[in-house]
Amino acid sequence: MGDNESVQVDDEVVIGRRGLDELMASLAALGYEVTGPVVRDGAIVHGPLAGTGDLPVGCHDQQGPGSYRLEEGQDEALFGWAVGPASWKASFFPPRETVWSAAPQDGSGTPSIAQADDEPGTLALFGARPCEVAALDILDRVLAGGEVPDPSYVRRRTGTFIVVAECGTPASTCFCTSMGTGPAATAGFDLALCELPPGGDGTHEYVVRIGSARGAAALEVVPHRRAGAADLDARRQVLSGAETRMSRRLEVDGLRELLAENIDHPRWEETAERCLSCGNCTLVCPTCFCSDVRDVSDLSGTVERHRHWSSCFDRAHSYIHGGPVRSTTASCYRQWLTHKLSTWWDQFDTSGCVGCGRCISWCPVGIDLTEEAAAIRETSATREGRDA
Amino acid sequence: MPESMADLLTAQPLFRSLPPDALATVAGCAHNTAFRAGELLLAEGGEATTLFLIRRGAVAIEVHDPGREGIVVQTLSAGHVVGWSWLVPPYRWNFDARAVTDVGAIAIDGACLRSKADADPALGYSLLQTVSGMLLERLQATRTQLLDLYGTRRDEPAGGRTA
Amino acid sequence: MTVACGTPASAPHPLTPALWRVTGRKKETADVTTLTLSPEAGVVPGFGHGQFHMLTAFGIGEAAVSIASAPGEAVGGLAHSIRDVGPVTHALCEAPAGSIVGVRGPFGRGWDIGELPGALPSGTDHVVVAGGIGLAPLRGAVHDLSERHAHDAGRLFVLVGARSPDQIVFADELDAWRANGVHVEVSVDAAPAGWHGTVGVVTALLPKAPFDPVRTVALVCGPEIMMRFVAAALADRGVAPDRIQISLERNMQCGCGLCGHCQLGPLLVCRDGPVVSYGGPLPELLRERRR
Repeated sequence: MGDNESVQVDDEVVIGRRGLDELMASLAALGYEVTGPVVRDGAIVHGPLAGTGDLPVGCHDQQGPGSYRLEEGQDEALFGWAVGPASWKASFFPPRETVWSAAPQDGSGTPSIAQADDEPGTLALFGARPCEVAALDILDRVLAGGEVPDPSYVRRRTGTFIVVAECGTPASTCFCTSMGTGPAATAGFDLALCELPPGGDGTHEYVVRIGSARGAAALEVVPHRRAGAADLDARRQVLSGAETRMSRRLEVDGLRELLAENIDHPRWEETAERCLSCGNCTLVCPTCFCSDVRDVSDLSGTVERHRHWSSCFDRAHSYIHGGPVRSTTASCYRQWLTHKLSTWWDQFDTSGCVGCGRCISWCPVGIDLTEEAAAIRETSATREGRDA
Repeated sequence: MPESMADLLTAQPLFRSLPPDALATVAGCAHNTAFRAGELLLAEGGEATTLFLIRRGAVAIEVHDPGREGIVVQTLSAGHVVGWSWLVPPYRWNFDARAVTDVGAIAIDGACLRSKADADPALGYSLLQTVSGMLLERLQATRTQLLDLYGTRRDEPAGGRTA
Repeated sequence: MTVACGTPASAPHPLTPALWRVTGRKKETADVTTLTLSPEAGVVPGFGHGQFHMLTAFGIGEAAVSIASAPGEAVGGLAHSIRDVGPVTHALCEAPAGSIVGVRGPFGRGWDIGELPGALPSGTDHVVVAGGIGLAPLRGAVHDLSERHAHDAGRLFVLVGARSPDQIVFADELDAWRANGVHVEVSVDAAPAGWHGTVGVVTALLPKAPFDPVRTVALVCGPEIMMRFVAAALADRGVAPDRIQISLERNMQCGCGLCGHCQLGPLLVCRDGPVVSYGGPLPELLRERRR
C-alpha cells in the first residue's frame, strides 16, 4: 500500500482499515475531538472514537415503521448500517444546557450574571452519513443563518471537520433519494469515504474523496494509493445498488403547496387516532430545533436558566395566556408535518426533511410521514377531480 | 321649510335601501321626538308600542337588580334603533332605555307599521328584511360582548413558564 | 463545512438578559402595572414602536412584554405595562422600585407608521384600535402620531375597548391625547349606571370615527378575536387589508427566531411579527381551526 504522494481537493484515493485508524490519529493530532458511530444499548449512537475498533464493526440493522433491530454480524464491514436514533444535532445543540447563571451579590440586591460560555472542543465527525450532513446544513440555516445566530450553536459548530461515510446500506425506512441528500455525498464534507465490498480476505477498502484543503492535509500523512478505474467503478456500484434498494419514496413535487392547501384534510384526525403525541419523531429528527427554557434556583439564591429540547407535540409548546394554540393531537401532528415539509420553506428557504427515516423507525406506532403525505396527495387529488 | 319625515328617514342608514313607496308608508307612522338626558325612552315591563330611531345623542340599554346599581348593557347612538319588542307578541319591553345625553329621535308607531305590513305583504317583507339586518348586527355585537374578550382567562398550567 | 463566526464579542448575547432597574411603578388597573425600567449599563438600546422585550423576574422566569414608551421619550427609562396573569407576570408586577429585572431585546417587527419622510402621503389618517392591555404596545405610536398629526393634515383616531371603566389602561393619558387633537373614543363591555361613555363592542366605535378609509393606516392590538372583528370591520369600511396592521400573540420564548414556539403557518411570530399586515394569507391563517 502507498504511493504516498501529496493530495489535493477533488483527488480520489484508496485506503484500508489501518488507513482509517491513522486518519483518526491524524485528526486527533490536529486537535479535533474525533467522534462517530458507536454501539450502545443495542443501537448505533455517537461517541468518542480512538480507533476503528470503536466503530460498529460487523453491525447491520433492520428497520421498519416502529422497529429497529441491530444485528451483530460476523463480517468486517465498518459502515454496514443506516442511521440510528442519535443525530449530530445533539453535538451542537445539546439536549440540555445552561444558558447563564445569576448569583446574588451581597448587599446590593443586584445579581451578577455569568454567561455559560464553556470552550467546547472542535469536533471531527467521523462516519456521518450524507443525509446527516444535509441535516447539519439545515440546522446551520436555522440556528446560525438568521438575523440573530445562536452563539452557543455557532461556538460548537465552528470549524467542524466532517468525514462522510457514503451510504451503501440504506434501511427500509430511508428515502434520501427523494430528498436529494444521498446516498452519495455531494458537498459539505472534508473527506468522503465509500466502503467497497470486501475482498477475498473479508476486509474492506475505502475510496476517499477529498473535499477541502484541510481534508487533504489530514489525509496527507495517511498511507493511500490513487483510486483506479476499478475502485471508482466499485464505488459507483455500491451507491447505485443503494439507490436501487431504497424503495421508500416521498413525492416532493408541489408538496409544499399541497400541504398548505390541506389544513382541513380529514387525514389529520385519522392519524391522530394512532399518534401518541410522544414526541419521539421530534427528538430523533436531525433538524427539529425547538427548545424551552426553564429557570432553576437554589437555596443560596443562585438562578440558572436551562435550555432543553422541546417538542411541538407538547401542549405547552404553543401555550399563550388562556391555553395552548394547538390543543389536539391532530393539530400537533399537522403542525409537525406541515412545518417539516411545507412552511420550513417559507421560514428557512429549504425543506426541513432530509429523508433519514428516523421518525418512521422510532415512532412507537409506526406512523410514516411518506405514507401520510401520499395519502393527503391522493385524496386531495380525488377531491379536486370530483369537484371539477 | 322643514324637512319632510320621508327625507329624515332617507337620511337614516336603516331605511336607505327601502323603496320610495314603502318609505312613504313608514313616514305615515312616524313623528319626531326628543328626550332630556336621564329620561327613559322605554321601561322594562311596559307595553312595547314604538321603534325609536336615534338621530342624535346616546341611549343606554339598562337593566336593574335590587341591591345593585343599574347595569348598562349597551350604548346606542345616531343611526341605531332602540326598541324591537313592538314587532312580536306579547309587545312588552324587556329592558330600560335611558337617554345618556339629550336625544333626538324618530318615533315610529309599531301597531301602525304592523297593520300596514299585514295589509301589504310585499311591503312587510322589505320592512322585515331591513329590520332583520339591524337585528343581526345587534346579535353579532352582543355575542362578541358575551365573549368577555378582555377578561382574565384561565391561568397557565402547572409548571408552565410563560406569562 | 464552516460557519462564520457570528456574534462579535462586544454584541450582547441574545439569550442572556441585561440588568435593568425598576425606576418607577404605576398601578394602571387591578391587574395591570406599568414598570419604568432603566438599564444599569446606562444606555437604552434603540427600539421601534410595537417591539417587545423579554423580561426576567430572577428565579421565576421570563415573559414577553411590549415597550409602551415612544422611542423619543426614552429619557428616564422605558415603560412596560404588565398584566398579572401567571407567576412571572405576577412577580414582575410586584417588583419594587429599585429592584433589578432582566431585559433581553428589543425583538420583533413593530408598527409601520411611516416615519421616513415621504413614506406616507400627506393627509394620511391613522386609526388605532386597542382592546384591554393591547393599548400598551400602541402607546408609543399614539404618542408620536399625535405629535406628527398636530402639524400635518392627517388625523389620529384612537378607539379603545375595555372590559369595564376601571379596566381602561392609561386612562389619565386619554384626556391629554384629546387635548392634543386626537379623536379618542372608549367603549366598555359592561358598566355600572352613571357611566356616560359607550357600552358595547369596540367595533361599534368605528362609525363614530370619520376617517377617510382610502387614506387610512390602521393599527390594531388586542385579543385575537377582537382583532379579527376589527380588521373585518375596517375592511368593510374600505380600508385596504394591507394597510391594516395587527399585533399577534404567540408563545414567545427566545424572541429571536431560535426556539420555534411562536409558529403560525409560515410565520415565526417573534421574527416576522408580532406586527403583521392583515393583507395576504393572514386572515386565512387566523381562520384555520387550531392552526
